[in-house]
Amino acid sequence: MAITATINVKDQDLLGSLQTFCTAILTQEDIRAILVPQRQPMKSMVMPTLVTAPEQLDGIDPLSPAFPMNGAKVLAKLTRKPSGGKIAALLRPCEIRAFIELVKLKQARTEDVVLIGIDCLGALRNTDYFRFAGNDAAAATQRFYEGMLAGKETALDGVELASACKSCEHSIPDAADIALGLRGVDIGTGILAQAQSPAGEALLAQLNLPAAEVPKAREDALARLLEARTASRDQMFAETAAATDSVEKLSNYMANCVNCYNCRVACPVCYCKECVFVTDVFNHDPAQYLRWAQRKGAIKMPTDTVFYHLTRLTHMSTACVGCGQCSNACPNDIPVMELFRLVGQRTQEAFAYEAGKSVDESPPMSVFKEDEFQEVVGL
Amino acid sequence: MENFEPVIVAFVCNWCTYTAADLAGTSRLSYPKNVRLIRVMCTGMVDPQYVIKALLEGADGVLVSGCHPGDCHYINGNYKARRRIKLLKEILPQFGFEPERLRLTWIGASDGIQFAEIMRELVTELKELGPSQAKLKMVV
Ligand code: SF4
Ligand code: SF4
Ligand code: FES
Repeated sequence: MAITATINVKDQDLLGSLQTFCTAILTQEDIRAILVPQRQPMKSMVMPTLVTAPEQLDGIDPLSPAFPMNGAKVLAKLTRKPSGGKIAALLRPCEIRAFIELVKLKQARTEDVVLIGIDCLGALRNTDYFRFAGNDAAAATQRFYEGMLAGKETALDGVELASACKSCEHSIPDAADIALGLRGVDIGTGILAQAQSPAGEALLAQLNLPAAEVPKAREDALARLLEARTASRDQMFAETAAATDSVEKLSNYMANCVNCYNCRVACPVCYCKECVFVTDVFNHDPAQYLRWAQRKGAIKMPTDTVFYHLTRLTHMSTACVGCGQCSNACPNDIPVMELFRLVGQRTQEAFAYEAGKSVDESPPMSVFKEDEFQEVVGL
Repeated sequence: MENFEPVIVAFVCNWCTYTAADLAGTSRLSYPKNVRLIRVMCTGMVDPQYVIKALLEGADGVLVSGCHPGDCHYINGNYKARRRIKLLKEILPQFGFEPERLRLTWIGASDGIQFAEIMRELVTELKELGPSQAKLKMVV
């Protein structure tokens, strides 16, 4: 029977309880370090931080709306080879899902890590976060989670949740070893902790937390959330589909793209070590540009913009987890996530695949069956 | 569009479809000159990127053609190609590329006659469909 327990909360201090929980994990003999979002001393920003000393867990902030990067990438750095010990990692659900994709691409390993997920309350775009947080990140976090848990789903103090979050149907960490629950839970008294795998079961047993039951209200709260998110996602899909339904419109959608490739650097599942678009393949001969210009009378520089995005869609949309970091990283406010999620939804559906769901499902382009997709063959 | 002559870029594998094209040639079978053959070692090496590039450069149709299932010289390259074509067919129509502009066929090394027939058919079809949108617009 899977362990369901409660992490006591005193004086409504959720961050304090999470700190106690992380300290308990870190003091287990078999856990060498914990990767956890932590406020940085110099600025309001919250970054994934690898902590080995329990007394350094001050200022951890897993409920902050700051989401500067998808932590799957850093966790891959920590787990790609055995490091001689086990670590725990506290991540958002979309970070866990991206991590699972990287595991399947052999760029990360699950063997030495216990994944701890927490109900995600959403995140703000970087620029919005700084406006929201001002110079008191701790107070901002509290304002944020209180607002979100009180159901102010979309807007808080004039800032909106990132559009990736508004349309996210995966805000519950289904793939984590240990899932921490906030929604539909009486957080005045405790945070829900559920083991979801043997590794999670083992660690949670070691912590000896008081047993609990999943509150009845939770199922309801999650269903309502899912319904709202799905509706907003479908609207986003419809708008994005209409905005890009010809090559001309797609060009227009990407018109202010400057080929900086930040979107693919920020993408946790853009798995190539070196993207072909930054290699010499695309360092065209100067005469080539002139030939192109001559053929059409004019070409926009830099070239290959739509080509880049379409290629990236074919290469990784089956792995897109919808984290929104591409849009977050774009200097020109292009709704990149919207397009990648729209196409990703279709490509994943075509191969009956769901990115980030399970390490046991092979990435669609890595496998085949002899007898499939006959409909695409022939005239 | 009376005189529209579609441009077709065909990625053909060295061992089957290219050999078939060669056979068609040596057998003096005629087929439309609209087809630009690009010989690749196997359909399994056709990155979706090649197809996209051809379409963005204004090809009216793209054909990927290789050995019949079971006959691939690299054992399973054509099965991988089939998945990639499936993938592209999920993506390209969103951006207004008609599904008919991308084709996958298996044409064996001794199928010279079939090669010429398929090329003729492809051209007829694309003539009916008309020029690709990407040809008419400046795509960046
Ligand atoms: S494409 Fe964008 S939304 Fe999808 S996984 Fe990459 S960064 Fe996240
Ligand atoms: S981050 Fe924005 S500007 Fe840079 S390549 Fe991506 S879409 Fe273009
Ligand atoms: S060698 Fe012909 S398809 Fe692989």
